Amino acid sequence: MLTFVVFALSILRLVTGASDLTSIGTASSALLLSVPIVLAALGGLFSERAGVVNIGLEGMMILGAWGGGFFGVKYGPWAGLVGSIFCGLFGAAIHALATITFGVDHVVSGVAINIIAAGLARYLSTILYKGGSWLGPSQSPDVKSISLNGLPVLSGGEFFGWRSPDLLSKLGSKNWFLISDFANVLRGLTGDLSYITVLAIALVPISYFILWRTSFGLRLRSAGEAPVAAESLGVNVYAMKYAGVLISGALAGLGGGFLALVASNHYQENQTGGRGFIGLAAMLFGNWRPGGLLAGAGLFGFADALQLRDASAIHALLILIVLALLYVSFRDFRRSRRIVGSMNLAFAAFFTWFYMTYSELPGQLVTMTPYLATLIVLSMASQKLRAPAADGIPYRRGGLK
Amino acid sequence: MKRLLTSRISLALAAPVFAAIFGLGVSSLAVLATKKSPWDAFSLMWKYGIESASLMAAVNLATAYFIAAVAIALTFRAGLFNIGVEGQLRLGALVSAYFGAMFTLPPVLHVMAIMLIAMLVGGSWAAIAAYMKVKRGVSEVISTIMLNSISGGLAAYLLSKHFTVRVPGSNDLSTKILPKSGQFPDLMPMLNKIGIKNQPGGGVYGMLFIAIALGIGFWFLTNRTRFGFELRASGANPMAARVSGVNAKKMTVIALVGSGAIAGLAGLPTVLGDTHAYNLGFRSGIGFSAIAIALLGRNSAVGMAISALLFGFLEVASQTLDLINIAPETYIIMQGSILLSAVVAYEVVRRFQLTLHSEALAKVGDK
Amino acid sequence: MAVVVELKNISKRFPGVVANRDVSMKVEGGSVHALVGENGAGKSTVMKILYGMQHPDSGEILVHGQPVSFKKPADAIAAGIGMVHQHFMLADNFTVLENVILGYEPTHRSVIDKDAARKKIIEMSNAYGLEVDPDVLVEELGVGQRQRVEILKVLYRGAKILIFDEPTAVLVPQEVDELFAALHGLRADGMTVIFISHKLDEVLRVADDVTVVRAGSTVAEVKASATTPKMLAELMVGSELPSPETQGSTRQDLVTLSLANVTVPSTSGARDLVSDVSFELHAGEIIGIAGVEGNGQSELIEAIIGLRNSTGSISFRGDSVEHLSVSGRRDLGIGFIPEDRQRQALLMASPLWENRILGHQRSKPVMNGFVIDKKATIADTASIMEEYDVRAPGPDTPAMALSGGNQQKFIVGREMRSEPLLLLAAHPTRGVDVGAQAAIWNELRSAREKGMAIVMVSADLEELIGMSDRLLVMLRGEVTAELDPKTTTPEMLGSAMTGAK
Repeated sequence: MLTFVVFALSILRLVTGASDLTSIGTASSALLLSVPIVLAALGGLFSERAGVVNIGLEGMMILGAWGGGFFGVKYGPWAGLVGSIFCGLFGAAIHALATITFGVDHVVSGVAINIIAAGLARYLSTILYKGGSWLGPSQSPDVKSISLNGLPVLSGGEFFGWRSPDLLSKLGSKNWFLISDFANVLRGLTGDLSYITVLAIALVPISYFILWRTSFGLRLRSAGEAPVAAESLGVNVYAMKYAGVLISGALAGLGGGFLALVASNHYQENQTGGRGFIGLAAMLFGNWRPGGLLAGAGLFGFADALQLRDASAIHALLILIVLALLYVSFRDFRRSRRIVGSMNLAFAAFFTWFYMTYSELPGQLVTMTPYLATLIVLSMASQKLRAPAADGIPYRRGGLK
Repeated sequence: MKRLLTSRISLALAAPVFAAIFGLGVSSLAVLATKKSPWDAFSLMWKYGIESASLMAAVNLATAYFIAAVAIALTFRAGLFNIGVEGQLRLGALVSAYFGAMFTLPPVLHVMAIMLIAMLVGGSWAAIAAYMKVKRGVSEVISTIMLNSISGGLAAYLLSKHFTVRVPGSNDLSTKILPKSGQFPDLMPMLNKIGIKNQPGGGVYGMLFIAIALGIGFWFLTNRTRFGFELRASGANPMAARVSGVNAKKMTVIALVGSGAIAGLAGLPTVLGDTHAYNLGFRSGIGFSAIAIALLGRNSAVGMAISALLFGFLEVASQTLDLINIAPETYIIMQGSILLSAVVAYEVVRRFQLTLHSEALAKVGDK
Repeated sequence: MAVVVELKNISKRFPGVVANRDVSMKVEGGSVHALVGENGAGKSTVMKILYGMQHPDSGEILVHGQPVSFKKPADAIAAGIGMVHQHFMLADNFTVLENVILGYEPTHRSVIDKDAARKKIIEMSNAYGLEVDPDVLVEELGVGQRQRVEILKVLYRGAKILIFDEPTAVLVPQEVDELFAALHGLRADGMTVIFISHKLDEVLRVADDVTVVRAGSTVAEVKASATTPKMLAELMVGSELPSPETQGSTRQDLVTLSLANVTVPSTSGARDLVSDVSFELHAGEIIGIAGVEGNGQSELIEAIIGLRNSTGSISFRGDSVEHLSVSGRRDLGIGFIPEDRQRQALLMASPLWENRILGHQRSKPVMNGFVIDKKATIADTASIMEEYDVRAPGPDTPAMALSGGNQQKFIVGREMRSEPLLLLAAHPTRGVDVGAQAAIWNELRSAREKGMAIVMVSADLEELIGMSDRLLVMLRGEVTAELDPKTTTPEMLGSAMTGAK
């Protein structure tokens, strides 16, 4: 699937000259920005597989980002990451207590956590600012960066002081169609990585292994599929649900910490920018499975990266959208769905006009890209989803509701 | 004694009282943690908060909160979650302020026209989420949240590139000021009659009346009409609602679009009553506080009104905390802890009530 | 033979109801012991206590002569007791293997050893003729097969004492035979089987001993060879059993419901859920639809009321209604008692008077235009409660607080109140105790005399035979037989339901 995407993007690059579509920088940013989304999505996975809907991921991420900034300033970046995990856990503990022990509706609790977390972060930041240690009420001082590294030989990795050649970069700068694009993308994905990034990506197969190959994972999933059956077999359903929610908080917190410490080097209010929700969308896109979730996160990370880098790249993407709309409306007309078909055609026309008229997308609209991408992806994918059977249902011992 | 404790009124009050106590407790801890006295903080807030000017400011805040909360409650009752109120009210305010300044109508009609535009915009924005839910099965929780973020960018773009009239001598961007006929007069003349003097900083927004009317209408609609019954049934048991003849898709669309339309109005109290335009200083976050208020007020008109006033009071009163060097943002902690404890307390009380009912059954001799 | 399980004076109260009062029982090892009683007599509760799912208020349990106290099912499992539930407790989205090993996984340093598990399951499956494929998803299995997965679950954990809760409730006669063969196999292997049922002839076919429970207490403990179904029935009820016999035809000329080639396609590309069903139902007539669960009866009823899309024609009193929505059809005078009362017919958290409105929110007395007439609704609710003997403190009581039987009585009363011309009744007396069952049958019969047409789906073969004027049998979505109730026995009906002839 990666091949197909790179291929499509290469053609676009050729046609529009938007070199940033397949540049090292974009691929690298895409990976970087995918990480918090992947972490949030994995968090959502553990929680929902245990049967607890966790809308509060965004809030836990905010707490994690704040914690990353706070502990990072005090004790350095690695302490910051650990601190971010604990802050995320704190939010998760509240959510777990409210939904599992007290039976509050999952979405209500999640929304409440988001509101509270945002407020708490703002409050604590203000205190620190007033107390003199922070420079602004919405931003932490800078934290030392975590060092980066890359694959040896191919991507210029540095090991024990020896700087290896950077073959992929050389290949990428040749500008050969498709080959260079591929090289650039691969270089972006394998060079200048922090260990945390690698860890985060590795968590995906690790999560698969835990959930599908260990008895802990089987029991956790049973809490989300058939809690009454599980309880009758002696599984401690409450404990499994707590585990799922707490793990999700830790992961979301780590995602927030990543944003503060790796993707940037300080905490900033609104840093999370809805990525907790995008993570949930990635999880939905992946149909509650780790593999699909990674693909989804990659997709959204790419959209996120483009938005930050070059407006002309997004501009080029419009062509893709027009083509997609044309295809969809063609299919609609074949199925005699004239109204919908005309609508899609009209949209295609609108986007073509937009593309011709504006050589560059205005900055404010560009920020919408990841959210729009999420909406579009969800529209196409939602129909085939299969959630864990007991997801979102408050559970009481004895099988009562 | 047991009868008194378990009477309906006691139970109805139990959760809010507990929430208030818990909220006070947590906020006291927060204040103590900064080495200040909670007693000083609360008494200062109280003293300042009950002054006329503060009360009026609180009521004004509450008006916007209440309208937005009603919008949210409409969907909550139907088992849906319209988290996108923030975006709907923002776009509603922006677009109606822009278009409203383009024409002139006799005063009442002009204001009504502006409100209508705001409702249309809010409703249409919500309609996107409704369409996605009904046609493509996308959860409205996520789609409305995404639309929120999108609306932020859209509003910024429209304001800076198309809708704006530069305000001389400042960095502010603003839509054209609404003509007099498009402004909602405040209620000071009425209040003067009952002995309340004019205050610097403006009076009580006229839109208070709209808010009250909305509350009454909401109460009547949900509790006394067939539509309200079907709305609540859809939220309580969608399957049973379908079996009883409710068209689930129609209900989803009506609830979401209606909610968006009401939300569109929530940005108007300031636009019509204060700034008379939409500018960069437009207050953000109303939508999220409104969610808290809807939850706190348990989606009922009276509950939400009280909660909105409470939140408004806390926000206004805490501005004075600066004087004794306490962060005014303490009100966030208060609001947050009250919200959390209320939500938990409601659930606990509900379960307790259920046990009471079962025991009552024992007396009747159930088989 | 030694007594392996002994219950002494077990008592258990729930808020509002005494489930067990001084229940005592002795079960011999290597035997099949039946526990019989009517619906709600307390049999399930006492077995749940034995299995550790509930705790007794007083009394003793002895296993192999030792007193035990089970705090949770895991304790009972550890003592060698396993329970095969009436309502299967299986995760649809898991494979058979995953369901069987859940909570008892064979692990090698925390990783599940699937091969070892698979081997063991196949061994056991072959030993007792259970024939299940471990790697199939449970949602693809039929009812009989799912039960076998449940049996495997308990055997896998080394149970030597197996409790079966109403195992034949969802099986057709052929599957019942297979189950009983398996039970005999287990007994031959030295296992002890405790078997809850209210189907007396089946019980006597397979059990060695029978304990009878009535109104929460044990009333008799007899040897199966020394008793007859009639004797057991009288012990269970304490008096003569009522029977649902209909007398005389009240069929009118008017055709109330006419179905022609009604087909409900499947949404997942499988065979049609309902295939080419046609019949005519006259006013004053009751048509019973029999079939094993899952053969299209529920879908047929849902198609008639409008909850499912169908092709073919559905006419009500001569006018076609296929294009009408559910509310449109209800407005015409079609009433509906759904299969699953909690999920389809009640708002559990709402008071009874609000539930009175459900399904009737467009008609009087509940409505006055588009506004709810609260006073009239409450009054009508109280009147229903009295007429149908719904036991609850008042119209304010939340539906959730009522027992299943009372909920059902209320629902029947609510639908009958609107005097529908056509009543679609799916399992109308499910969960209702014998006395109330008779009352509901009477109501239906007198409505039939007044000209109501009724379509009845039921799993209670005696109810179907006793109440219907005509009987249709559905298998795999098609009507495969039409029988005359006057000359049909439950065995004949059961065979027709499985396609045997």
